[in-house]
Amino acid sequence: MSPKIAEVIEADTASFVAQCYELYELPPLGALVKTGDIYGIVCHAETAGMEPGRKPIARGRDEASEAAVYESSPQLLKLLRSEFTASAVGYQDGNKIYQYLPPQPARIHGFIYLCQPDEVKEFSKNFGFLNILINAALTAPTEELIAAALRQMSGVQEDSHAFLVAAGKELANLLSNDFIKLKNILGRLKIK
Amino acid sequence: MTDKLGIVTTASLEKGVDVRLDAPVSVEDMVVGRYVTIEGQKRRFFGMITDVRLGVTDERLAVSPPDVNDPFIAEVLSGTSTFGQIHVTPMLTIGGDAKSMLEGPQPVKTIPAHFCAVNLATEDDIERVFGKEDPQRFNIGNPLDMETKLCLNLEEFVKRSNGIFGKSGTGKTFLTRILLIGILQKSKAVNLIFDMHNEYGWQGTSEGGPPVKGLKQLFQSKVAVFTLDEENSRRRGVSTDFVVKIGYDEIEPEDIVLLRQTLNLTEPAVEAVYQLRRRFGKSWLQNVLDIEGGEDTKELLDSMSIHESSFQNLKRGLATIRRLPFIQPHAPVDAVKNILDHLDKGINVVLEFGRYRDITAYVLVANMLARRIYSQYQSRTEKAMAESVAPPNPLVITIEEAHKFLNPEVSSQTIFGTIAREMRKYNVSLLVIDQRPSGIDSEVMSQMGTKITCLLDNERDIDSVLAGVSGKNELKSVLARLAPKQQALIFGHAVPMPVAFQPREYGSAKSYKDFTSAGKSSASTGTGKDIEKLWE
Ligand SMILES: Nc1ncnc2c1ncn2[C@@H]1O[C@H](COP(=O)(O)OP(=O)(O)OP(=O)(O)O)[C@@H](O)[C@H]1O
Ligand SMILES: [Mg+2]
Repeated sequence: MSPKIAEVIEADTASFVAQCYELYELPPLGALVKTGDIYGIVCHAETAGMEPGRKPIARGRDEASEAAVYESSPQLLKLLRSEFTASAVGYQDGNKIYQYLPPQPARIHGFIYLCQPDEVKEFSKNFGFLNILINAALTAPTEELIAAALRQMSGVQEDSHAFLVAAGKELANLLSNDFIKLKNILGRLKIK
Repeated sequence: MTDKLGIVTTASLEKGVDVRLDAPVSVEDMVVGRYVTIEGQKRRFFGMITDVRLGVTDERLAVSPPDVNDPFIAEVLSGTSTFGQIHVTPMLTIGGDAKSMLEGPQPVKTIPAHFCAVNLATEDDIERVFGKEDPQRFNIGNPLDMETKLCLNLEEFVKRSNGIFGKSGTGKTFLTRILLIGILQKSKAVNLIFDMHNEYGWQGTSEGGPPVKGLKQLFQSKVAVFTLDEENSRRRGVSTDFVVKIGYDEIEPEDIVLLRQTLNLTEPAVEAVYQLRRRFGKSWLQNVLDIEGGEDTKELLDSMSIHESSFQNLKRGLATIRRLPFIQPHAPVDAVKNILDHLDKGINVVLEFGRYRDITAYVLVANMLARRIYSQYQSRTEKAMAESVAPPNPLVITIEEAHKFLNPEVSSQTIFGTIAREMRKYNVSLLVIDQRPSGIDSEVMSQMGTKITCLLDNERDIDSVLAGVSGKNELKSVLARLAPKQQALIFGHAVPMPVAFQPREYGSAKSYKDFTSAGKSSASTGTGKDIEKLWE
């Protein structure tokens, strides 16, 4: 299993918020993560000051590079934090993966792992998560998120073209009354 | 390719069934006229594809089309947001339980449920509906785009008058030849063919190919060729069985009525014929031709109140008839009796017209002979019934250019109109062939049992052929899209449901072999050696 990358600090039925152990070590948008038995797709991320209401201030006027800013103020790594939100898209029960909302929200302080290719492949045998994403209340545009998730998943498939076509067809059925949205997603699925 | 096409999405008994095609099925493979089956929950439906359409789930697709040059987008959208649809007209059902299996196909009285699977009809399906080749069923071709044999029950077929239609060059003559062979082999009926263009008896022409064999070459002992033009027949190398001559006294006023238009006769001139017939009896024609001008004549005409100009008009017309070489003051042998003798022996008679292919000769001869043969059949059938003996062999009379005999103006007066209307009361039925069915009296059309039509493109012709058929509009689109040659639509009495088909190939050595070996009575077509020779 891969090393843990973050820890749950907020959770509800449809999503969970996690804080990364390392500043900026965020999983990419659309990545599949897991905490406990719950799968999530990273749908939002932010880096901000630790204390709510205290904004960071500009520090680089006299520095030669961005890296130098952090070198001259090592405390920054403690004052800033990276957080992401994952949309809950499924859970594991025994050996089976169900692409439904989990019966219970994630546990606070639950460790979060980035799913490895095998697991992504297993999870993406099914497209039930697409419907969850289409209907999720997200801050990022749905089209962008779905496209990002599918692009990443396609990378681990043996036949990524066939995977994208199958996913596209599923989307076409789900979005049968919203062709514009479908077109936007399909247009964003190309990797090359 | 799988045979599953798609699923039922909407249906109505009146309007038919809409089917959404599965993604792998290309709309371009769906052609109207093809047979499909619908697997209902309790029964199977048989139907015909009568329309093919493209569908989109979102109208905006049509307004701002996707980038179809991108193969990925095209692949995703096909079968999902954009999909093919077919419209199916259900024609028959077979119930699932044992009892309904025994009853066989039934008319459609309900519709399949939502999302029932739709498949291409298989060979077995076609066989279940139309039957296998057997002593009564004759293979007439294949349903469109199928290898299966389509069989027609000829015993049923000949029970009514039937029609073969299609515009020029679509294959009516070839199809007729095939049906005649079928009747000859698989029914108890005998044929009398008025062969205007000399194509059925000995040898026929084929566009851009060598001549094709006629009936007599294939079934020597069962076919006799009669001719009106001995010299012509001989020159064509036809071995004829009888030369037909017609005597003046065999021509009746009603024969003249039919010729009114071709002979340019006025109404009063036709009236006069009846009066002259009453006056002179059977020899009226001779008498009229003999009448010279002069006082006597004037008196004679006055006494019958026939106007001089009408009489002259009539005389000019009759002179045209007299010039026909086969018309003679007295016929040496009775043609009608000879034809009947052959028919009684179960021998099919083809009457060739030789060079006399103009419509005057054809109408006159066909009407006259048919009238007299029919009246013989009538009295013999009645006698047979009264004395409970066997009636004469059922007779099928084939005529071309049928609208000349059966147009609304004359159909009530011609023998062919009578036969068509009487529905085989006296064991005689018609096989009419015509390019312009709209010219035929609609009442006659409605009496025809089975109609087979090749391509027609005139709206009125299509309407007249399909008048009174259920699913007319759907069949119309099938009919209008038949290939210009060797494809036809058959519907009516002798078939359980309409079917578009490709008639059997006729003209190759193999086709002759298949035709001659199909009959149960093929042994009687001649010695084995004869048959061998035919196939060469
Ligand atoms: N079953 C068939 N087998 C082989 N060839 C065929 C067949 N049907 C039609 N054809 C071809 O099509 C040509 C036209 O067919 P046919 O002579 O039967 O047309 P038609 O409808 O009788 O025309 P018309 O109205 O001019 O008499 C034939 O000469 C032949 O070449
Ligand atoms: Mg013809």
